[in-house]
Amino acid sequence: MNKNPNLSPTAAPMPVQAPARRARNFEEVALGYEQAAAIGEARRCLGCANAPCRTGCPVGVRIPEFIAKVAEGDFAAAWELLSAENSLPAVCGRVCPQENQCQAVCVRGKKGESVAIGRLERFVADWHRTQAGAAPAVPPANGVSVAVVGSGPAGLACAGELARMGYAVTVYEALHTPGGVLAYGIPAFRLPKSILSEEIAALTAMGVTLQTDTVIGRTVGVQELLQSGFSAVFLGSGAGLPHFMGIPGETLCGVFSANEWLTRINLMHAADPGAMTPLMPARRVVVVGGGNVAMDAARCALRCGAEVTVVYRRGREELPARAEEIEHAEEEGVCFRLLANPVEVLGDENGFVSGICCDTMLLGEPDESGRRRPVAQPGAQFTLPCDAVIMAIGTTPNPLLHRTTPGLQADRRGRLITGEGCCRTSVPGVFAGGDAVTGAATVIQAMGAGRQAAREIDRYIKEKSHADH
Amino acid sequence: MHAPILQKETLAPGITRMVVAAPQVAAHAAVGQFVILRAVPEGERIPLTIADFDAAAGTVTVIYQVVGGTTLLLDSLLPGDCLPTFAGPLGRPSEVAGFARAAVIGGGLGCAIALPTAAALTRQGCRVTVIAGFRSRQQVILEQEMAAACERFLLCTDDGSAGEKGFVTGRLERLLQAGEPFDTVFAVGPLPMMQAVSELTARYNTPCTVSMNPIMIDGTGMCGCCRLTVGGQVRFACVDGPEFDGHQVDFAEAIRRSRLYRSQEQAAREAACRLLERGPSYE
Repeated sequence: MNKNPNLSPTAAPMPVQAPARRARNFEEVALGYEQAAAIGEARRCLGCANAPCRTGCPVGVRIPEFIAKVAEGDFAAAWELLSAENSLPAVCGRVCPQENQCQAVCVRGKKGESVAIGRLERFVADWHRTQAGAAPAVPPANGVSVAVVGSGPAGLACAGELARMGYAVTVYEALHTPGGVLAYGIPAFRLPKSILSEEIAALTAMGVTLQTDTVIGRTVGVQELLQSGFSAVFLGSGAGLPHFMGIPGETLCGVFSANEWLTRINLMHAADPGAMTPLMPARRVVVVGGGNVAMDAARCALRCGAEVTVVYRRGREELPARAEEIEHAEEEGVCFRLLANPVEVLGDENGFVSGICCDTMLLGEPDESGRRRPVAQPGAQFTLPCDAVIMAIGTTPNPLLHRTTPGLQADRRGRLITGEGCCRTSVPGVFAGGDAVTGAATVIQAMGAGRQAAREIDRYIKEKSHADH
Repeated sequence: MHAPILQKETLAPGITRMVVAAPQVAAHAAVGQFVILRAVPEGERIPLTIADFDAAAGTVTVIYQVVGGTTLLLDSLLPGDCLPTFAGPLGRPSEVAGFARAAVIGGGLGCAIALPTAAALTRQGCRVTVIAGFRSRQQVILEQEMAAACERFLLCTDDGSAGEKGFVTGRLERLLQAGEPFDTVFAVGPLPMMQAVSELTARYNTPCTVSMNPIMIDGTGMCGCCRLTVGGQVRFACVDGPEFDGHQVDFAEAIRRSRLYRSQEQAAREAACRLLERGPSYE
């Protein structure tokens, strides 16, 4: 219990790049706390004995304890506590929706602002990155191999946990750069690519092998992995299949999935001068959707020089993106057209996008998600002229693994089916977690699942070798 | 995964056959599938259909025509160099079983794929007619290989400098008019040629499969860049194809979509030339 807390009702502000400047570059927007700000913010934590914030964290980070160490200025001890539960704190401190998780239940949030847990997490992780000689301990090898399919948050967390237990882990990635959504999806201005490459380097330093350009289900089958010496396989293949709305005009030139738009920019560096991968030059861009992916797509388009409008069918309160991303997008000049639902993408005589026609919506009764259902208002359609439309309305798991793996069960929406409360799939020795199981969710939830799967895999292998002897 | 180039051979001006060591791809490949490759580490990802593979030797063959920046860079590489990405096999294999008589129509570079398709049909016991079309004698590729892979080989050129003068569609139409009992037709080549074969076979109530090659990035269903309208439904060429029922494909749309980056192609070629001038430092 913190007996002498900092009683400021507001959190220490996060220094940021000025909106007008950052709207034209891909450098990180949020600059991170200085030490004094971090210590001051850490002193706002009351150190509640029941630690509601910890139960709000999908990986159970010991939040009040690490924050107490920050308040003392003992950042090394804070790092030890933080990294014991979270294998990617520099990533989570930047991309977690803390306001829906740990910070949502912070006692300080009842009167004033919650403790800025995410910013403190980032501060500790960034402090650690500047410390020399921080080589991870390499555990003694146990001689057992495990394959991890997908190098996104779930796969990286699972691989890290297994490597720490002494397993020989090989991570397979379909693309040429590891990281999954952290590489192709989240832009550098939110998650600098150097942070991801350092996290990956830390894993390989622990002995994890990375095999890129390998499409499991095509280049090698899941059953083949089990037959070729891997004692278990973890499927963390994510939810990469983009949705389209199914409205007329979606195959016009200039309509992109957010996945395509972001992959071109983040993975293929198409916005860089002299890039080999092309990017359609668009003057006016409409982004459809209200989640983090929509914000990322919009802010990327802005940085490529476009005027950008986000179209979302519900109201401001219902926008599912992180509050900070919405604020940042608005500050940078992204326009929001709320309560608007596209009905048709319009094209010119050459098949290129010329505009998007939308219904004006009203919010009706709450639907099964508890949010008020948007209903089209009759006779209130309008058209936004534009030359590109980016669809950011969600993704589902890629069907490739369950199509190519005999016996691997998935539900109607392509989500891999696992046992109640566990990560076991319908195929013995094959585990799954993250978006491949839940459908599109958050980085930290996927990491939590990857970590849980690692523990289950460890138990499964030990039980199996016990039974075999 | 780095894939070393083993052999490189010019088949016709601007058309090259490249044999690459890729044992895992070769072990799982089937006719009709494709790979995604990059020529240089900072390069674009492009799809190329697999022209041949040898699981025992661990090799995969691709045939490409130098048309843009990436193929220009690819063509600058030599045996011993490595491709930084060679991922596959992707897409669904061709369905070649169960036919008694088939026509395989190849147009230009499409003959690189018409050949393995014809050979696979022949291995299944199908009687195969190959009609191969080129602009002129200079561009003819794989003539002997195609002739050896089928029962009847018909060569056409636009200018009559080799084989018969005329288009593949004209030659196919004469066969269909004569009542040739084809169970199916496979067409692979430029979009307007596949469109013409699809329209022709529709008139003769003969099934027609086409091999689509739209713009792609990942090749695994992630970007949706390769989407086509087939029978009124949006399909992804990378995971639902690349082969589709030609009678159902919206070719006008596919042709428009293939031109999306036309204005940037010159810039990509210039970027490739700059990389080439910088010398072979990119490995």
